[in-house]
Amino acid sequence: MKLRYFAWVRERIGKPEEDVDPPAGVATVAELMSWLSGRGEEYAYAFENPRVIRAAIDRAHVRPDTAIGGAREIAFFPPMTGG
Amino acid sequence: MTATVRLQREPFDAAGEAAKLVRGRKDVGAVVTFTGICRGEEAGLPLVAMTLEHYPGMAEDEVTRHVQEAQQRWPLVGVTVVHRFGRIEPGEEIVLVVTAAAHRGDAFAAAEFLMDYLKTRAPFWKQVEYAGGSNWVDAKSTDDALAERWVRPGNPREAAE
Repeated sequence: MKLRYFAWVRERIGKPEEDVDPPAGVATVAELMSWLSGRGEEYAYAFENPRVIRAAIDRAHVRPDTAIGGAREIAFFPPMTGG
Repeated sequence: MTATVRLQREPFDAAGEAAKLVRGRKDVGAVVTFTGICRGEEAGLPLVAMTLEHYPGMAEDEVTRHVQEAQQRWPLVGVTVVHRFGRIEPGEEIVLVVTAAAHRGDAFAAAEFLMDYLKTRAPFWKQVEYAGGSNWVDAKSTDDALAERWVRPGNPREAAE
């Protein structure tokens, strides 16, 4: 699946997007964040406070307990500050 | 009903966009135009510029979804939303919401609803640039509270996501 990062999540991880293949046990958005945190210091820093991170699956907002099966694109970003 | 949603780097013409919603019609009694403008200071510090990042594709979808929601809630004749992205300097416009209806109450309410949702739900992020560096703007809990007042009982989608 493709992951996309925005704003300071993107800056902390150091890249705007990447393709990942998480293990079968990673079933939800929250579990994906936890798995990503173990991939290196930059990920641990980006996801140090997962409660503030927002997520979208295939360009629609989702909650952390949402299943990621079948997702093509998952995005992580801080709370939005548009308008 | 005319609905226009545009995301663009370029400045926009607020008066021209409002005129477009009225031109050739006789059923419009009220047009509300809201323009959000980049202030020259943030948290007491002089601001050099602001850069708006967005999630292409999702930003258009989210704004369009909320425009459709506004159309369902109020009897609108026309709606236009223009949101800029990229680097914006103090004094330049950031966002435009125009609502047209037969009566002012509907036009005011729909414009406020759309702005409250754009602030909290549309995937845009502001980074402010000062003389000595830059930082990302924190989301305000006051903006969340303003968006929350539009949530209707029995529609968890609005509240939860």
